[in-house]
Amino acid sequence: MNFTLKVWRQKNRNSEGRFESYTATNITPDMSFLEMLDAVNHDLVEKNQEPIAFDHDCREGICGSCGMFIKGRAHGPQKGGAACQLHMRSFVDGDLITVEPFRAQAFPVIKDLIIDRTAFDRIMQAGGFVSVNTGGVPDANAIPIPKTIADEAFSAAACIGCGACVAACKNASASLFVAAKVSQLALLPQGQQERKERVEAMLAQMDKEGFGSCSNTYACEAECPKEISVSNIARMNREYLKAALG
Amino acid sequence: MTLDAKIPDGPLEKKWDTHRFNLKLVNPSNKRKYHIIVVGTGLAGASAAASLAELGYRVTSLCYHESPRRAHSIAAQGGINAPKNYPNDDDSIWRLFYDTVKGGDFRAREANVYRLAQVSGSIIDQCVAQGVPFAREYGGLLDNRSFGGAQVSRTFYARGQTGQQLLLGAYSALSRQIHKGQVKFYDRRDMMDLVVIDGQARGVIVRNMINGELETYIGDAVILATGGYGNVFYLSTNAKQSNATAIWRAHKKGAFFANPCFTQIHPTCIPLASEHQSKLTLMSESLRNDGRIWVPKQKGDKRSPKDIPMEERDYYLERLYPSFGNLVPRDVASRRAKEVCDQGRGVGSTGLAVYLDFADAIARNGKQWVEEKYGNLFDMYQRITGENAYQTPMRIYPAVHYTMGGLWVDYNLMSTIPGMFVLGEANFSDHGANRLGASALMQGLADGYFVIPYTIGDYLATNKFKPVKEDHEAFTESKKAISEKTEQLMSAQGKRTVDDLHKELGKILWEHVGMARNEAGLKKAISMITALRKQFWSDVRIPGKANDLNPELEKAHRVADFMELGEMIARDALHREESCGCHLREEYQTDENEAKRNDKKFAYVAAWEFGGTGKAPKLHKEALKFENVHLTQRSYK
Ligand SMILES: Cc1cc2nc3c(=O)[nH]c(=O)nc-3n(C[C@H](O)[C@H](O)[C@H](O)COP(=O)(O)OP(=O)(O)OC[C@H]3O[C@@H](n4cnc5c(N)ncnc54)[C@H](O)[C@@H]3O)c2cc1C
Ligand code: SF4
Ligand code: FES
Repeated sequence: MNFTLKVWRQKNRNSEGRFESYTATNITPDMSFLEMLDAVNHDLVEKNQEPIAFDHDCREGICGSCGMFIKGRAHGPQKGGAACQLHMRSFVDGDLITVEPFRAQAFPVIKDLIIDRTAFDRIMQAGGFVSVNTGGVPDANAIPIPKTIADEAFSAAACIGCGACVAACKNASASLFVAAKVSQLALLPQGQQERKERVEAMLAQMDKEGFGSCSNTYACEAECPKEISVSNIARMNREYLKAALG
Repeated sequence: MTLDAKIPDGPLEKKWDTHRFNLKLVNPSNKRKYHIIVVGTGLAGASAAASLAELGYRVTSLCYHESPRRAHSIAAQGGINAPKNYPNDDDSIWRLFYDTVKGGDFRAREANVYRLAQVSGSIIDQCVAQGVPFAREYGGLLDNRSFGGAQVSRTFYARGQTGQQLLLGAYSALSRQIHKGQVKFYDRRDMMDLVVIDGQARGVIVRNMINGELETYIGDAVILATGGYGNVFYLSTNAKQSNATAIWRAHKKGAFFANPCFTQIHPTCIPLASEHQSKLTLMSESLRNDGRIWVPKQKGDKRSPKDIPMEERDYYLERLYPSFGNLVPRDVASRRAKEVCDQGRGVGSTGLAVYLDFADAIARNGKQWVEEKYGNLFDMYQRITGENAYQTPMRIYPAVHYTMGGLWVDYNLMSTIPGMFVLGEANFSDHGANRLGASALMQGLADGYFVIPYTIGDYLATNKFKPVKEDHEAFTESKKAISEKTEQLMSAQGKRTVDDLHKELGKILWEHVGMARNEAGLKKAISMITALRKQFWSDVRIPGKANDLNPELEKAHRVADFMELGEMIARDALHREESCGCHLREEYQTDENEAKRNDKKFAYVAAWEFGGTGKAPKLHKEALKFENVHLTQRSYK
């Protein structure tokens, strides 16, 4: 298979970026999207040109590093998977593929497709935890949790922090990401003590980082590689209201 | 130098408690005067950094990732062990201890393994308290499953994403300390060197990966929790950027490297599809609980699996090992898969695969049941191969997965460099010659939550630390050496990409230092690697600039170290003239092709001292004493 790529190239945070065209040749359908980029980069290095910089690590859809916009969609044309899980068999031979970084004010571009998502970490630091120190905790089975609740909490906790929800949202809202953590801990007995403070602190930090607000378009859920449900946003909003009412 | 493992006296069950009582404490109000650098934010690093900060130490945490949460630990699927005996199947600390020592083929320290088994229960308690959503039974209590090498169900899990949930737990504890200002975290920092001053580890030099600047971090102790070195093989199940640079550069500064040849090859991975493949994907071995492994009885049988009748299939693990069946330890399962493929009975287009079949499980319990337990793994398989494993058996083949070897540490997890501690997969400590499933997560968190917080206090309380500044010559010299190395890499301007050279190294290792090894092959590997290393330095090409974000340069530094480490792995494998665990020397096998140990000559830890690049390292031996378990030929029949 052969493809034409239009890739966003940007030297650094402060410089202007632009699209550059490349051709990807001799690509096989079993290659992953990132392996296709590896092949393009291999050719660029051979020509002594700088390869396309992109974040990646696990290459199995769990570390959340590889977020990018492919053919106008966060993580590309697939449902429930990260860019590294996209295979070239999802494209038609000869396709023109545009590749750009996730765009959001709160996610500045560092270089080419690499963005700075540390805003997510700061939201977590604001309240995405249960305040327990190491040691002195009760036996694990002393806290029974109904299976359905545990499963629901797990589904929210499966978020990989990739930022696709933000990139897909026209308001660049981080609501789905924040709601996933708020929900997980609101569902579990361990999270009850700090329920009120947590939702307030995390949402305050979210605003401070410059993410937009949610207008219920559900674009986030559609593009989320872990298919985190928007019902979590509703739960977060209830949590916030409850907190505000005291 | 004689190696002192500092194993406490007394009966096995009492060693850790006695030792803890004898450790010197740092007075609570003095803790804030000490500064600890923790490199790595995987399970081991994040749990250590958080726990030390909670105690009041000042902690600097750094990693090459953008966020602590992206560490390789995130990818662990299957589960974490603890002998809670919740299922009432007669599990105990002793049984986990025994299984681990035996599973490691009697090449691990009894005292370390026992401690690991002892603290493992507290890990589960800790994680649950943090809100880790482990799988539960309908009654609301925690669910357990069994895992390779064990006959009890002691594995706690969170669907197929246990590592993710445990790491997010540790990350949340770390985040809380960062918010409090007790931990200073630096992202996108690549450790380039360890700095030793007056015989003590006092800091690290890191490369800021965004602008290429070399930065100095000073502390009273340094903890390396930088993960394993499986990527020396190029293709492995590890995250693409997992590397050995931190531990290798510390090795060059005096830390001994133990048992480098003990590398685990995992039996259940998705087979290689093409040359372009950049990594291999593990299918959690929990699949072996319900999937049955088989190949056709006939050589070269190309029929579709559904057309091969039952009596023409060879369920070879069930045949060879009636009591453990498909649940034999990893090394055994991998070696047997290679054997049947070498016999020409492998399946798939390459013939380098065996079937893992769920037809019986689906017939017995229904598709939904299988989907509940393994749904995400089946999805992952389909995504990668395009095949539906509910309808046709999965194809699997062994792949490099985990490194039992690593920097040598004593019972306190301190390396041979005073003040430098090594945790998690980066050390060699607890798994001997083969690690059992679900035991790495356990070890990483044991090291970080429940061992280092105590043992580091003793080191800090019993040593004096001179104030040092960034302009100390040890730091400036180290920076100079790194800059020179970078310059040498950048100016080579050869013809080959870093990946090409890395792939070639990987092929040499897989061929000669992989699942089966022999003297001639190992010698050949050593000379091939030596030649390739020379070529690397003259023929590598790195575009771009050194003082910029430059992924090719990052890789080049790592591969430069792999080129040296690869040779040491081969040397270690050559010197160990026995088979044990994952290390199969073809010359040393029983009549039934099982690993044949030589306890008289090789019941020791091989700890290598750096002898200079391209020079032979010096071997030091730490004798292993078995006072509580009887050394037997492992049998899973
Ligand atoms: C696919 C897969 C599945 C697995 N499943 C299981 C399982 O089910 N159960 C189990 O027990 N084990 C499992 N394992 C093994 C287990 O995941 C690892 O052994 C364990 O997570 C290692 O943790 P760690 O904290 O030691 O290191 P890692 O998680 O590898 O973390 C290393 C850290 O060090 C940092 N780092 C590395 N080098 C540098 C450097 N030079 N400079 C700065 N920072 C650096 C990284 O950024 C990272 O933060 C699995 C492994 C794989 C590959
Ligand atoms: S909610 Fe989904 S899209 Fe958003 S960060 Fe988490 S995994 Fe990514
Ligand atoms: S590289 Fe880890 S999620 Fe894609």
